[in-house]
Amino acid sequence: MVTIQESEYWKWPETVWVDESKNWREAEVISCGIDLGSVSSQVVLMLDGELYAYSNLRTGSSSSESVDKALKSVLEKIGDMKMEDIHYIVGTGYGRVSIPFAHKTITEIACHGRGANYIYGPSVRTVLDMGGQDLKAIKIDHRGKVVNFLMNDKCAAGTGRGIEVVADLLSIPITEVGPLSLKVYPDDEPEPVSTTCIVFGKSEILGLIRKGWPKERILAAFFRSVATRVVELLERVGVEPEFAITGGISKNPGVVVRVQDMLGIKALESKYDPQLAGAVGAALFGRALYLKSKK
Amino acid sequence: MTVAGIDVGSKFTKVVILNDSKEILGYSNIRTGIDHHKTVEEAIKEALKKADLTRDDINKYVATGFGKISVPFADSEITQVVAAGKGAYFVWPTARTVIEVGAEESRAVKVGEDGNIKDFALADKCAAGAGSFVDAMVRYLEVPLEEFGRISLEAKESVPMNAQCVIFAESEVVSLLHANYPKPEISRAIHDAIADRVASIARRVGIEDDVLLIGGLANDIGFIDSMKRELGTEVYVPDKIAPELVPALGAAIAEL
Repeated sequence: MVTIQESEYWKWPETVWVDESKNWREAEVISCGIDLGSVSSQVVLMLDGELYAYSNLRTGSSSSESVDKALKSVLEKIGDMKMEDIHYIVGTGYGRVSIPFAHKTITEIACHGRGANYIYGPSVRTVLDMGGQDLKAIKIDHRGKVVNFLMNDKCAAGTGRGIEVVADLLSIPITEVGPLSLKVYPDDEPEPVSTTCIVFGKSEILGLIRKGWPKERILAAFFRSVATRVVELLERVGVEPEFAITGGISKNPGVVVRVQDMLGIKALESKYDPQLAGAVGAALFGRALYLKSKK
Repeated sequence: MTVAGIDVGSKFTKVVILNDSKEILGYSNIRTGIDHHKTVEEAIKEALKKADLTRDDINKYVATGFGKISVPFADSEITQVVAAGKGAYFVWPTARTVIEVGAEESRAVKVGEDGNIKDFALADKCAAGAGSFVDAMVRYLEVPLEEFGRISLEAKESVPMNAQCVIFAESEVVSLLHANYPKPEISRAIHDAIADRVASIARRVGIEDDVLLIGGLANDIGFIDSMKRELGTEVYVPDKIAPELVPALGAAIAEL
């Protein structure tokens, strides 16, 4: 079979976390949300609608194995909880059909809206979800219910996958590309990379490398073009404050800072990991569905 | 008068030398390097050698292609659309819909019975409808470029490709390989995906027979086959000259 030697600069760190101050045995409802994305998978456990534990792992070549691994790692971290102790499991994300044990599946648009409402509070009206293979602009009401949305899932430009390709090309770890690009921002910001397409962008970036551009300048030009694309999508749906960013790219200041400045609106900050929004939303829906089934 | 048409493409630079009676005296096709000026010089030198001429014999230079500004000594410049239309009309006078698929761009040109250009449509924003798609995929299939088109004809069934973006298609091709799909089926899926994109550009100008395919990808028999199926009509490829040389030829004709 094919073996393709590729550098692994795209690999971002995985996390497993448990809130040790909580005791799950005291909870009335234990709900679980699983967001199986194209690049990352999150499992979130909530006790009566409060975040208790989560894992955030890279999605492997097999979706079902990735889910098993993500769920197992959370349960192991907790120690004494078993799968049977979970009352309700909701699957979401691109691979949600590959979660056989989920009680229900819900679209990631609905889950991100609901999750952003929890993570950032009820004042959020516009959610930008920047994921591995797609980009979504979602408008929600004060309860986190989706009012309108727009998405780009046909093109890698502006997605995490696109950034991974560029990180690999420049041999810079994915976690460092954003901060590095800000070294020249805003005073020495170059013109954006002219092509939208990542395939053509790669050729253009190779040209810049040959011209002797330092990496931070190349990254600045690249993230400028990513930010432009993101802002275009947001403006089509209409940005209404408060504004929040979810998904993996929300951890990339190279994109976030530029998007904020172009919009003239600062994105909300949260103590929670914004990559969890989809899974948190799924777990919250899970709790509600479980309570409804008991009535 | 002897004219040289120079087409500086994103991947290859082509030169065609024509005389008064529109006979092709020499031509060349070399990879476009980082230094476009140097590439142009080398391409001209090679074409002159084939024609057994020197630079003094050339009366006029006409430049086209995305890098046409790299030919500062050109007597005139023409757009890629005009170059494709003129070249196609010369090599295939009954061609009404000319589809050119290059490394990074594809375009459709509608040519009238008098050889005039009636309409055109372009795609240069996305690699999905261009030759770069093939470049990106052959490395995953581990087949030589020449084989890639041929094996596509051996496919017994159509495997759909969901990805439109080349970057996503790479992952999809890897998944298909891991799911043990035979290479001919995957090759056909890739060709069908490109043909789908290219055909949608061509439909914008309207499909009218004869349909002539030019540009580098017209050498790929798998792609020709997919285009025939996609358009539901016969698709021709120039028989007198390599399909990628047609725009350079068209540039030379423009000055005659």
